[in-house]
Amino acid sequence: MKILVAVKRVIDYNVQIRVKEDGTGVVTDNVKMSTNPPDDNAIEEAVKIKEAGKATEVVAVTVGEEKAQETVRKALAVGADRGIHVKVDGILEPLAVSKILQKIVDKEKPDLVFMGKQAIDDDCNQTGQMLSALLNWPQATFASKIDVKDNKLQVTREIDEGLETIEINVPAIVTCDLRLNEPRYASLPNIMKAKKKPIEEIAASDLGVDVSPRLEQLKVEEPPKRKAGIKVANVAELVQKLKNEAKVI
Amino acid sequence: MAVLLIAEHNNKELRPFTLNAATAASQIDSDVHAVIIGQNSADAAKQLSELPVVKKVLSVEGAHYENFTAENFAPVIVKLAENYSHIVCSANTFGKNLMPRIAAHLDTSQVSDIIKVISPDTFLRPIYAGNAFATIKSNDAKKCVTIRPTSFDPCESTGGSAPIEKVDASEEFSNTKFIKREEIKSDRPELGTARIVVSGGRGMQSGDNFKLITEIADKLGAAIGASRAAVDAGYISNDHQVGQTGKVVVPDLYIAVGISGAIQHLAGMKESKVIVAINKDGEAPIFSVADYGLEADLFEALPQFMEELNKLNTIQK
Repeated sequence: MKILVAVKRVIDYNVQIRVKEDGTGVVTDNVKMSTNPPDDNAIEEAVKIKEAGKATEVVAVTVGEEKAQETVRKALAVGADRGIHVKVDGILEPLAVSKILQKIVDKEKPDLVFMGKQAIDDDCNQTGQMLSALLNWPQATFASKIDVKDNKLQVTREIDEGLETIEINVPAIVTCDLRLNEPRYASLPNIMKAKKKPIEEIAASDLGVDVSPRLEQLKVEEPPKRKAGIKVANVAELVQKLKNEAKVI
Repeated sequence: MAVLLIAEHNNKELRPFTLNAATAASQIDSDVHAVIIGQNSADAAKQLSELPVVKKVLSVEGAHYENFTAENFAPVIVKLAENYSHIVCSANTFGKNLMPRIAAHLDTSQVSDIIKVISPDTFLRPIYAGNAFATIKSNDAKKCVTIRPTSFDPCESTGGSAPIEKVDASEEFSNTKFIKREEIKSDRPELGTARIVVSGGRGMQSGDNFKLITEIADKLGAAIGASRAAVDAGYISNDHQVGQTGKVVVPDLYIAVGISGAIQHLAGMKESKVIVAINKDGEAPIFSVADYGLEADLFEALPQFMEELNKLNTIQK
């Protein structure tokens, strides 16, 4: 079984986001970037499945500018076998990314495609589902547990009401939740080894996919600020305030 | 062209956020049709027909729709879409799972999780865990839009009498099989719609200690929430998680106990009307969004809180 894992480079989850004064986006210059957190879970799961002898190869793919390759390199350092970097400048919409990934799937013929359930920059939560639609493959979104059994996957999904378990036939798409596993850290020797693993570079323009934007971002602004609150001295004062001032209890 | 609303239901009745999505749909265009796909879902279809904003109900029945599998739902909606300018549903796990599958089939760039309809083609949506708001204009002929339910009021649920039209089922998608659903049943209000939410974080230190929160929630008629840290630690189940990758809640009162207030958690609760933070670390970021902050050890504060509540003659429910 061959697993393709898609990873995205985003502003690190610990960075305090600042909106650009001209309203065109958020500040990304000199800001720490890293792999989208649930994409780390996707890589970890693929590597674990390979370590358990149930997969033969893990291929990490990213779609993005020059520096996006760092995310593929990181995936190689934690156990992916080789990488693919589809080069494209500017921000792509999930629909465009899923069309590019479809081309990569056509070429690589993986049995499974894993990725994070949502990217923490645009918070769209679309790419995995779109890719599975384009391929007409089953989709298991928001996965918190994956059991591989021959050519089937049993996946536990986190849904609003609790948990749901489905069984899907491969080939299939799985989008991963943060609770799926605990991503490992890359050891120094593995980081060194990863530098020798191959990363194939492909120009998005060579894939024959229309990636032109369909959406216009007219403005990006700061959300309204909350009014500063007060500190109360003790529980009695808190309850009195909630009862008589805020009138919520 | 009219707007097509996808109803969320459990085959017996509508799920509450369908009413919020209906409001958003009616703000895009007053001509709202609603599709309900399920098995033996006639009662829910009737309920849908009674929403005054819904002008027509399309009902699709089939055994393979019983468990709301996106792979089975999408083809039906894609076929219906030719008559509609917009497809709308809630941005909860139901809609998040389903809508992109529809959008890709329609070759449309979806607009996710909108919090405001500015015009039929322009929407406001949070990005970066709500740390920025983006105004997005869609240039696609057909627009697929998911709405953040807590940003739209529920529509009226009675008084309408839309006609219910049967629509043919699509073929079954055989590569996905539903096995089971484990729903956590509770008599408490639903987290997404509760008037009061009491949430616990890593500071609770154990699942057992959540009983301090349960007690207060019962007294206040509140739902119970949690930070991701508390869910990851196994103190409480995932359906309680509030935040960027969990649920977004906008109650009248949100009480955060032992929650430091990572931006990912704030993303799920900072629109609440009144926020209370109880934390022993006075520097915790949660205090920056709290209307009332109490710097205290929660293991002393919560029993006192319960005591004070017991002293009150009346409590709003």
